[in-house]
Amino acid sequence: MNDQSMTVRGKERYKSGVMEYKRMGYWEPDYQPRDTDVIALFRVTPQDGVDPTEACAAVAGESSTATWTVVWTDRLTAAEKYRAKCYRVDPVPNSPGSYFAYIAYDLDLFEPGSISNLTASIIGNVFGFKPLKALRLEDMRFPVAYVKTFQGPATGIVVERERLDKFGRPLLGATVKPKLGLSGRNYGRVVYEALKGGLDFTKDDENINSQPFMHWRERFLYCMEAVNRAQAATGEIKGTYLNVTAATMEDMYERAEFAHELGSNIAMIDLVIGYTAIQSMAKWARRNDMILHLHRAGHSTYTRQRSHGVSFRVIAKWMRLAGVDHIHAGTVVGKLEGDPNTTRGYYDICREDHVPENLAHGIFFDQHWASLNKLMPVASGGIHAGQMHQLLDLLGEDVVLQFGGGTIGHPRGIQAGATANRVALEAMILARNEGRDFVHEGPEILAKAALTCTPLREALEVWKDVTFNYESTDAPDFVPTPSMAV
Amino acid sequence: MRVTQGCFSFLPDLTDEQIRSQVQYCLEKGWAVNIEFTDDPHPRNTYWEMWGLPMFDLRDAAGIMKELADCRRVYGDRYIRISGFDASHGWESVRISFIANRPANEPGFGLQRQEAKGRNTRYSTFSYAAQKPEGERYSS
Repeated sequence: MNDQSMTVRGKERYKSGVMEYKRMGYWEPDYQPRDTDVIALFRVTPQDGVDPTEACAAVAGESSTATWTVVWTDRLTAAEKYRAKCYRVDPVPNSPGSYFAYIAYDLDLFEPGSISNLTASIIGNVFGFKPLKALRLEDMRFPVAYVKTFQGPATGIVVERERLDKFGRPLLGATVKPKLGLSGRNYGRVVYEALKGGLDFTKDDENINSQPFMHWRERFLYCMEAVNRAQAATGEIKGTYLNVTAATMEDMYERAEFAHELGSNIAMIDLVIGYTAIQSMAKWARRNDMILHLHRAGHSTYTRQRSHGVSFRVIAKWMRLAGVDHIHAGTVVGKLEGDPNTTRGYYDICREDHVPENLAHGIFFDQHWASLNKLMPVASGGIHAGQMHQLLDLLGEDVVLQFGGGTIGHPRGIQAGATANRVALEAMILARNEGRDFVHEGPEILAKAALTCTPLREALEVWKDVTFNYESTDAPDFVPTPSMAV
Repeated sequence: MRVTQGCFSFLPDLTDEQIRSQVQYCLEKGWAVNIEFTDDPHPRNTYWEMWGLPMFDLRDAAGIMKELADCRRVYGDRYIRISGFDASHGWESVRISFIANRPANEPGFGLQRQEAKGRNTRYSTFSYAAQKPEGERYSS
């Protein structure tokens, strides 16, 4: 790579006309990023014939102060400070024609506490820039000074557990199915059965809002009847994520207020509502003692392909800053995309106070979260009781395991399905804490628990051969990619 | 009914040997073990009575099992739970909690509904046992 600064200085720098980005001050190989800089790592794939250094400098330029030509008005500003600086370009391993560009941004380029402002720069115009074939935002490092301008998760893992009075095990949930078509009354039936059977949470799906078959108020009213009935039947706190996603903020506030008035402990939003709406709802949730669940609807349109878009690890960081309490972060073994190492990286981002650089997990930077609340990851999509040992091993204890089909599809009904999952989970936690090698003895532990639990026996039988063993499209660049055989 | 609070309520009641293993797990994690009891298992009853202070300095599972046995001798007709408290930064909270003793008969909870404006309902969960004064709820 080109390791010389080519920056033109003084009067020559501001001569009217077009100048290469690398000569305008957007390529500074000697620059030492400061502790207060925001750093972004892009995967840059230049068009054929475009110099990689120039392409990476252009990304720095177009995501900060540059335009296509020299402008004299730069001289009215402290322009050198505001220019993002690409300070390192590495070829991507095993990927000819692609480069990792490390770019540092001065903190003053960003409005405090605004994901929208941050993203308008970092993933704004630059992603459509013609000299690039493809561009992907792989990771970001946020300085503590910037982290501290965000509220962070409204509730956080610790307080969520305290409020729910549930410690020492993953939480269990299920998404109500079918996701579309049920009336409010029938929908509440599913919620009641699942919660009474042993789940902690049920969940609206991402696209259940207010449709002809079920107005949102009907859903909320019947769901809260179900939650309260299940709570009385078990003596345990229960909840259901009421999806308040709607067309406007006013509608969302109205729905959230109603959920709050009915005594729900949790509300839900979809990623598609946008960063500003998410931050508004996070503030609302904190003001109203509500846990805020985020369903990452839409993310795969830009996170899944390795060449272009935004990595989910960056979305996870933004969402922890933005202030949601739950985020879907992958299951590894389920039906949706998720390489084990990459997924581990996402979970660390959500749950740790300090996440060290770990290239094998796709983490390019040390990240200090400065005691920002922890964000509870949610594993959902194609998982079942027979995988409990693997789920506990891969995802740990602070996670919501959501068995939708794996609860509602049980041959003896929803309660039986819920009980099967809860018994499998408790048996696995008990065994883990006893010091057993639960990963290898998992099937044996489950079989033993099933001796005193018919629903678990039936669940293990029905889903014994279900696996989703496909190669991941988004895996780290620095290690061979394992695939998760079940 | 069976109150399903805590980590292991869906399993058959733990034997003392199983309880000891969980206590040992807490000690290995460096958590302080705490024994609490109540005859009001309402899901929102956060503050059960403490059987002494959390055992910050007791690092021996046998000692904690003896405390549990003593607590059972006095309050064996009530709910007793064991929890592990983690004082490390970022947690400073309970990390595990499970029921180690429960009354022979659990009458459970009723749900009161108060019809409010529109279709809104105000719910209130009450414990059948807690209708009686404290101390008289589960003993015959």
